[in-house]
Amino acid sequence: MVMTPEVLTLSETPWLFTGVMLVKIAVAFVVTILIVAYATYAERKIIGRMQTRMGPTMTGPKGLLQPIADGLKLFFKEDIIPSQSHWFAFILAPMMILAPAFISISVIPFGGDLEFSYEGILYAVPMQIADLNIGVLFIVAMAGLGVYGIVLAGLASNSKYALLGGIRSTAQMISYELAVGLSIVAIFMLSETLSLRGIVAAQQLPLWGMESFSFIPNWYIFCQPLAFGLFVIGSMAEINRTPFDLPEAETELVSGFCTEYSAMKYALFFMAEYANMITVSAIATTLFLGGWGGPFYGWINFLLKVFSFMFFFIWIRATFPRLRYDQLMFLGWKIMLPLALANIVITGISILIWL
Amino acid sequence: MSAQAIVEKLKGKFSAEILDVVEFRGETTVTVKKEQIVDICTFMRDDFGYNLLCDLCGVDYMGKSPRFMVVYNLYNITTKQRIRIKAPVEELNANIDTVSTVWGTANWHERECWDLMGIKFNNHPDLRRILMPADWEGHPLRKDYPLQGPDREPYKGRLS
Amino acid sequence: MAANTNETMTINMGPQHPSTHGVLQLILELDGEIVVKATPHIGFLHRGIEKLSEHRTYHQIIPLTDRLDYLAPMSNNLGYVLAVEKLLGITDEIPERVQRIRVIMTELTRLKSHLVWLACHALDIGAMTVFLYCFRERECITDIYEKVSGARMTSNYFRVGGLADDLPDGLEGEIRTFAESIPAHVEEYEGLLTGNRIWQKRTVGVGEISAEAAIDIGITGPALRASGVDWDLRRDNPYCGYEDYEFEVPVRTGCDTFDRYRVRLDEMLQSAQIILQALDKLKPGPTLADCPKIVLPPKKDVVNNIESLIHHFKIVTAGFEPEPGEIYQSVEAPKGELGYYLISDGSSHPFRMKIRPPSFVNLQGLPQMVEGKLLADVVAVIGTLDIVLGEIDR
Repeated sequence: MVMTPEVLTLSETPWLFTGVMLVKIAVAFVVTILIVAYATYAERKIIGRMQTRMGPTMTGPKGLLQPIADGLKLFFKEDIIPSQSHWFAFILAPMMILAPAFISISVIPFGGDLEFSYEGILYAVPMQIADLNIGVLFIVAMAGLGVYGIVLAGLASNSKYALLGGIRSTAQMISYELAVGLSIVAIFMLSETLSLRGIVAAQQLPLWGMESFSFIPNWYIFCQPLAFGLFVIGSMAEINRTPFDLPEAETELVSGFCTEYSAMKYALFFMAEYANMITVSAIATTLFLGGWGGPFYGWINFLLKVFSFMFFFIWIRATFPRLRYDQLMFLGWKIMLPLALANIVITGISILIWL
Repeated sequence: MSAQAIVEKLKGKFSAEILDVVEFRGETTVTVKKEQIVDICTFMRDDFGYNLLCDLCGVDYMGKSPRFMVVYNLYNITTKQRIRIKAPVEELNANIDTVSTVWGTANWHERECWDLMGIKFNNHPDLRRILMPADWEGHPLRKDYPLQGPDREPYKGRLS
Repeated sequence: MAANTNETMTINMGPQHPSTHGVLQLILELDGEIVVKATPHIGFLHRGIEKLSEHRTYHQIIPLTDRLDYLAPMSNNLGYVLAVEKLLGITDEIPERVQRIRVIMTELTRLKSHLVWLACHALDIGAMTVFLYCFRERECITDIYEKVSGARMTSNYFRVGGLADDLPDGLEGEIRTFAESIPAHVEEYEGLLTGNRIWQKRTVGVGEISAEAAIDIGITGPALRASGVDWDLRRDNPYCGYEDYEFEVPVRTGCDTFDRYRVRLDEMLQSAQIILQALDKLKPGPTLADCPKIVLPPKKDVVNNIESLIHHFKIVTAGFEPEPGEIYQSVEAPKGELGYYLISDGSSHPFRMKIRPPSFVNLQGLPQMVEGKLLADVVAVIGTLDIVLGEIDR
């Protein structure tokens, strides 16, 4: 007899629901933190290899304990708050950057349903912390919140380099958020839902509904390549990765908005950067590459796709020089925004004609 | 045009200004009075094509009169020729007109000369110290300036 | 993007800043990101080398010249040594092998300096990988430096009238292998940068200076040649036997950062060519001129030969005394015209030594190259001028 699994709800099984929720949150958080830590390691190793050097080798076997050593070191360093800074905002800023980065993870589905039986009843638990029906909007909103942290850091430091970095990042993130946001619009025009779970489900169907091509899934990268490109480029700009790393442009602004930060607060900025990288990779995976769908078991596919995205970001960093501020604005407003708008129009017309 | 020809022409135009002409190791040095240095330099640039001022520096002949000498090393990029012009400057009221209007590059060279040698350049657009701190006293390259710096024990090693 | 308000922000770029190549301080007045005024402040590394040299014998000054442009020590050595030889009037007595080795070493130095320039310039603009590639090749040159002189940076290898020592055995082959590998390496850098759209956007049209303005400001070297002025001291006022070599002087007319980049890359290829030619022409022979009163005898003779011992003692303790006179000798250093103006009063110390450092003069062009441009261009222009503060501040 096949039992149809029940969905856990807060009203019927409050304790079980809360427990399962906490476990999910803990797992997602710990995994993300671990990936953040080892993303720094991976970045150093990969870029090291690309630049004919070794990367970390001394701490632990093959330098594997390096992120932990770095974390410990930064944790125990003296925490300097510049006397001329606005101390409250100065302390608040790193948290305001890190929190949105992690919160975005909560709406991302990283696998199918997990089934387990408890007291004779079969339950299905989605491998996603919260399936918001406005998941995409939520992510865009959280990405927007991240800007505040950077601006605040720039202002609160009371340093001119930090201020310039803050100003740069405000302009940069707001302009690229438009392009990114608009490039996503085309996706939910196709999927007709804002729920990320729904979007992933829609991508499991055969390509363009053609059964004869059923071996190719309906990943939106195939029918929305332009949106994919815009999203990837725009999100690189939003997470301040090379070639768009102007807010912290080391050789111009010393370290941009985090010039005055030290110790754990500085580490928080770094964690936020990598957490953002993970978030963006996860969103791109979910929206364009069919989420957890693929040849392997659910979350393994998902992680593989996320990791390949991160590798791509790291690779770009080893290859490209940095854009200039005006060129960045030009690219954002005069190239990417019109393209995103055009993409929406084309998608709309296509839907009207064929669907 | 050979260096001699240039010197002859220079003598023809500024006969009263030329003090001395020396040839040493194939290099020609013309010593001129400092009063018309800007005119002479403009003449050198415009009529003989000495468009590059390679170097400008002061020399301190302490004990002699006049004490200082401002040296202009000129180069002609077209004919690849060099010539050197020198202008003596007295110790009292050590000043000379700026040639930064003739060659823009003289700006920093003259600032350096003022900074290290204490020769003032009249009409210089921006005569500040350049290598030493702004509040430094004295001019370190003068021969009466101690090697070890002011208010310090003279170095007793191999240099003293 | 015109300036709409009169309010500007002043920022101190340097003396502690990652891309001012040392201790340069730039006071920038910014209107948003646009530079309204740039004022360079220098002198943080002033060590008084000119003052010091007035109190040293001619031989004792050679190590000081290493510390001028510490990225190209042998070029500085060469300029000084040639100046002293000219002052002494022994230029024609320098043996051929010495001249060849000097050319080989200075061209290696040019490669070394240009490699560091390319590395830092690319890093300033954000291309981090090129930095490490360039330093990989530079490492080979420092190894060669170490083998000939014992030091990796401040070589102090040339002597008045010769060299400190002959090349060690087997080094010629090593230098040849290295020089032959240069074209492939340059191709690699070009592959990473030249065609890169972002690199072009960051360099084409940035930091433009016309030929007239460049000559007026006194800019020399690759920066001048990228403004279309075909002038290279090695070809036009040859020294050290440069007239024997066939090489091209790369000239471009773009006047901008990109063309300066191309000119320097082409120069690297030419330098490699000159090294190979010099190696072909290198024959065994003496490495010291036959002027016992001037040239420090080899150590082997000092311990075995009473005459050499006496000369050595005399030169080291008292030095030699050139006849009174003054000379100006310049060489084409990697950064431009490096000139030494030496005055002798007949004593064993120079009466006055004035160094004409190319970076000092080139840096003067910075304000007019960056004013009205963006902050990021300042970094690109500092990189493209290829300044070294050791030489600027002396």
